Order: sequence, then C-alpha cells, then structure tokens
Amino acid sequence: MSDLTKEKPFVSIENLQVQFKTRRGLVKAVRDISFSLEKGETLALVGESGCGKSVTAHSINQLIPMPPGEITGGKIFFRGRNLLEASAREMEAIRGQQITMIFQEPMTSLNPVFPIGDQIGEVFMTHQGMNRKEARKKAVELLDLVKIPSPEKRARDYPHQLSGGMRQRAMIAMALASPEPGLLIADEPTTALDVTIQAQILDLLKDLNKRVEMALLLITHDMGVVAETADKVVVMYAGRIMEQGLVKQIFANPSHPYTLGLLNSLPSNRKYRGAARLEAIEGNVPDLLTLGEGCPFANRCPYADGLCGENFPDKTVLGPDHLLYCHHHEAAAQGREA
Amino acid sequence: MFRFILKRLALLFPTVFGVVTLVFFMIALTPGDPARVMLGERASEKQLTELRQQLGLDKPLAQQYGLYLKRIVKLDFGRSIRSGQKVADDIRTYFPATIELTIFAMIIASLLGIWIGVLSATHKNTWIDVGSMMGALVGVSMPIFWLALVMIMIFSVGLDLFPTGSRMNVRFFFQPHTNFYLIDTFPYLFKGHPEYFLSALHHLVLPSVCLATIPLAIIARTTRSSLLEVLKQDYIKTVRSAGVKERRVIFRYALRNALLPVITVIGLQFGYLLSGAVLTETIFAWPGIGKWLYTAIQARDYPAVQGGIIVISTSFILINLLVDLLYSLINPKIRLS
Repeated sequence: MSDLTKEKPFVSIENLQVQFKTRRGLVKAVRDISFSLEKGETLALVGESGCGKSVTAHSINQLIPMPPGEITGGKIFFRGRNLLEASAREMEAIRGQQITMIFQEPMTSLNPVFPIGDQIGEVFMTHQGMNRKEARKKAVELLDLVKIPSPEKRARDYPHQLSGGMRQRAMIAMALASPEPGLLIADEPTTALDVTIQAQILDLLKDLNKRVEMALLLITHDMGVVAETADKVVVMYAGRIMEQGLVKQIFANPSHPYTLGLLNSLPSNRKYRGAARLEAIEGNVPDLLTLGEGCPFANRCPYADGLCGENFPDKTVLGPDHLLYCHHHEAAAQGREA
Repeated sequence: MFRFILKRLALLFPTVFGVVTLVFFMIALTPGDPARVMLGERASEKQLTELRQQLGLDKPLAQQYGLYLKRIVKLDFGRSIRSGQKVADDIRTYFPATIELTIFAMIIASLLGIWIGVLSATHKNTWIDVGSMMGALVGVSMPIFWLALVMIMIFSVGLDLFPTGSRMNVRFFFQPHTNFYLIDTFPYLFKGHPEYFLSALHHLVLPSVCLATIPLAIIARTTRSSLLEVLKQDYIKTVRSAGVKERRVIFRYALRNALLPVITVIGLQFGYLLSGAVLTETIFAWPGIGKWLYTAIQARDYPAVQGGIIVISTSFILINLLVDLLYSLINPKIRLS
C-alpha cells in the first residue's frame, strides 16, 4: 500500500541476501542489506576486502556469477521496479544504459586489442543501433566530456598507449554512453591510481554526479575518499551493515565500534599528529563459512560480550537517516568521548 | 608496420643460412662413405672414385662447403643419385602435393578446432565440454597409421564414399603446371569438365581429414583454455556490464584476444605437417614430399636429402614469419614495440 502512496527512491535495496555455493560450503556473502539512493546523490559502500560490498553492487545489475552465486532474498528497486523480477533480456537493455559500472583496475578493464574509441562506441552500437561512424563521433564527444585532451586523436589509441588516469577516464566515458545514465556503480575507481590522479578522478565523478544528474554508488575502503565525495555512507562488515547514515553524521558521530575503528586507523586522524604508530583493529576478518548468527565483528570488538556472539543486534535509529546495529553502541559512544 | 615486416624479412636470411649450414655438416658428419653406401658393396674402386669426384667428395670439407653454398644460392640442389632427376624438379613435383594436403588439413583443423574450443569454453563443465574434450584427447592419442587404415576400411572399402591411393582419378589425364591439383584443374571447371576439379577435391578428403585429427585436437584444447582465461579478464566484465550481448562478447571481444596462442599453435602444426605427413602420405599413397624424403633418406640420396630438408625448413621459417605478422595484426602492442 505504502508503495502507491509514497514514491519510491530512485534506487533502493531492501533486505538483499546473496550467497555462494562453494566446494567448502555455503558462503553468505551479503546478509540483509538495505539502503536507498536518489538522483544526484553519492552513496559510499565502505568496508574491508571481502565484506560483500562488491557483491552487493554487482547484484544490482546482476553481474555476479550465477551459479555459484545466488540472490536468495530481498528486492532491488530501480526507477520504481524490482530488477530481480526482470528478465535476462530486460537486464541486458538496462546494463550499460541505465546502470553502468567502472572498475578498480583501469589497466585491465579495457580490451587491449581495440582502440578505446571503438570500445566506447560499442555501447552506442549495442543500445542505440548506431553505425560505427556515428558511434565513434559520440565516443569522441564523451572523451571530451571526461576531459581527455585531443579526444579525436585519443579515440584511435589503444589502451596501452594511455596512462592509468586516462584509462579510468575512458572507462567513465564508457559508463556515460547513454542518453539517460541513471546509476553509475564505481567499484574502487581510484584504488589503482596514484594520489594526484585519484583526486582528479574523484572530482570528475563528483562533477558528473551533479551535472549529468545520475546516482553514484561508490565502493571503497578508503574513508578519506568517502569524506571527500559521498553524501551517504553504508559501512559493511562480513556481509552485514554495521552503520549507515549521512556522511556528516557518520564522521561527526560515529557510533559503531567498527566505524570507530576504521576512522581511528586513518593516518589523517587528528589525534595522530606527531604520533609514531597507527592504531589498527586487532584480529582478522572472520571466515564467512563458519560465521554464526551473532554479530560478525564480535571477535574483534573491544565491547563484545556473550550476547554479541549469539544474535545479531536489532536496528537502532540514531537520527533521521542514521542507523546502526550494535548491542553496545552506548558504551562505544562513551568510549569515543573518553 | 612496414618497417616491422622489413625487419622480420631481413632476419630471415641468417636463419636460412644457419639451416643450410647445419644440413651440410650433419650429412658430412654422418659416418660411412656415402659413395660406397650408394653404389653398394660390389662396386669397383674405379666406380667409387668416379662417384666421389662427381659429388665433389674428394675435395677438402671447407671447399665442399663453399661449392655447396654457391650452388644453394642459385637454388641448384644437384641431381638425385637414385633417379638422376634434378632435385629441384622433384621438389617442384612433390612439395605442392604436400602443401595442398596440409593446407586442406589445416583449414579443417582450424575451423573445427576453434569452433569446438569455443563451444567447450562457453559450455564449461557441461556434457558438451566434457564430451568434446574427451574427443580431443582421443584425437591426440590416436596413432595416425591406425586411424588412417580404419578410415580407409570404413569410408573407402566399406562405404565406397571416398577414393584412396592417388591424387586424381587415373582415367583423367591432364598436364599439371603448378602441381597444386586444385589450382591446375580449376580452369577445367569452366571448360565443361568439372569432374577434374571434383575428382582432385574428392581424393583430398580422406587423407586431409586423417592428417587433421591431431592438430584439430590440439587447436580445440588451446582455444578452450585460452578463451576461458580471457573470459576471466576485467575487460570482459566491462563489456558485459555495458550490456553487450553474450554472443558478441565472445566472438568479437573475447575470441580476438584468445586467438593469439591459437595462431601460434596453428603455425607450428602447419610446419610439422609439411614434413611430418610421411605416415599419412605413405598409407594413402599420396605422392608428397614427406614420402619422397623418407625414401631419399633410406637410399642415402644425399643431394635429395639436402634439398628436401632445406626447402621444408625454409617453409617452416616462412610460416613462423607469417604467424608473427598475423600476431602483430591482432595485437597492437606487438605492432608498436
């Protein structure tokens, strides 16, 4: 009922569950993830390697390998419709037009045997039935949009003739090859680039985010990138959401012990001025195969007790958009003040 | 690109020179007196001396080598001791038969092999994959002399579908020019005698299918593993995420990358078949260079052996050059470096 009266957000994920059948057993890679995102907004999915952030993102355009992967529950709404009910053919039409992606490794994400102009043009040829010449012209326009100098010449270049930053720009251009880009999923877009290029790429993404009016889902493990780029944050750990909220809420008022740990381990953190060592979160990420029903962070959490190992905490609402899942968030908040 | 080709062609000369030298010294170092071997035990001393003089075997080795090089440069391989024919003429007669057979076999092996490889890779771990890879294993491990005989038994003797035993129906008489029968008989297609061309084609089928089995299996396996490797690459994820249809992803984007190692394999197999078709040629009584060379070696027909090995190894080198050029055509990285 509420679906009819209240308009759905542009992108919303509700109680997503994804699992992988591996030879060693069932891996629940994503458990009960929910978040939403509007046009012109940037949401950052943050967490360590293997926490399920990429799986979540790839579930949206259904690019996780199935099998062994399987989406076992939840809904993914995009422009008001549930993508999990869409047919394979419908998804093909959505991928590359309304939902596009850029990847972590610009070095390996472009095909080495085709000029980049052709690769960008391919999207126009696939979805808009353009011929090669029109597509190439469009590709040059896009290369210009992502601020690649002398785009006409560059369109004829092969990937190995471009620098990492340029290749990532070419990838972004490819992701924009649509008359109506809706959602751009950027999977660690700056991890493989050096710092000055990182800033340029993030600026470009932020600029396009507002200018082209699309939603940007940014996957990263870098809290610095989050602070600079995102409007909303979802902090994930071992397939679960730990804390989510607006960037200003999370940075001003981090309340989950894991979020605190992440922020504390940032070298740019104020308290490290003049300090000799960084604080790290003790221990390792748990094995998803043997993980029980309790809070996955319990074995590394300074506030954990028996309760944490037994069941996953309910949602706590801290503010209008600020949610967290922790039995001991009050103690953690006190610890933060101290 | 042009400079690249020139550079590669220039490199051809030292390689061929090496082969020519190696062939000379290998034969020179073979134990035994060639003259005696050729003339047999009962030859008189006078006959032996005459033959040695005729072959230049009485001169010092260095001088022999010099004379030999001089002749090779003029493409003069001497006369066959066995038949008295010019070796170059023999090669011109027999080599085209082998080339024709090999090209035909390699076309079958490449087209079918790549197709099977792609099918296996895209249907990984299904019965299609398991079945065709098992078939490929059988193809590689089957002794060719056995397979050839079985094929003759079934398709030639039993079902009478294909002829065996020559390159052309003996009732058809014609004067070959190039000794590539398909080329020689091609004009007859338009002169009201299509049966000449068809007969040549008909005779090609069994031996080339037989010759194709091993390369086919190797090409199929290489294509499969190479394509599987490429399909794991990020750039394939990229085109998939751009909504490109799976068919196009495979055939346009993945296959082109995956073909690089396959082309190498095709080139190598091509080269092997040129010299290594002896078994097939013998069983099918195909008048090719493999069989000719084999007989020459048995008879210690040194000029023929020298000429044959030089021609075969030079074509091997040329095929490799062709592979390199194809490689650079497909992979822009090689083109520029």
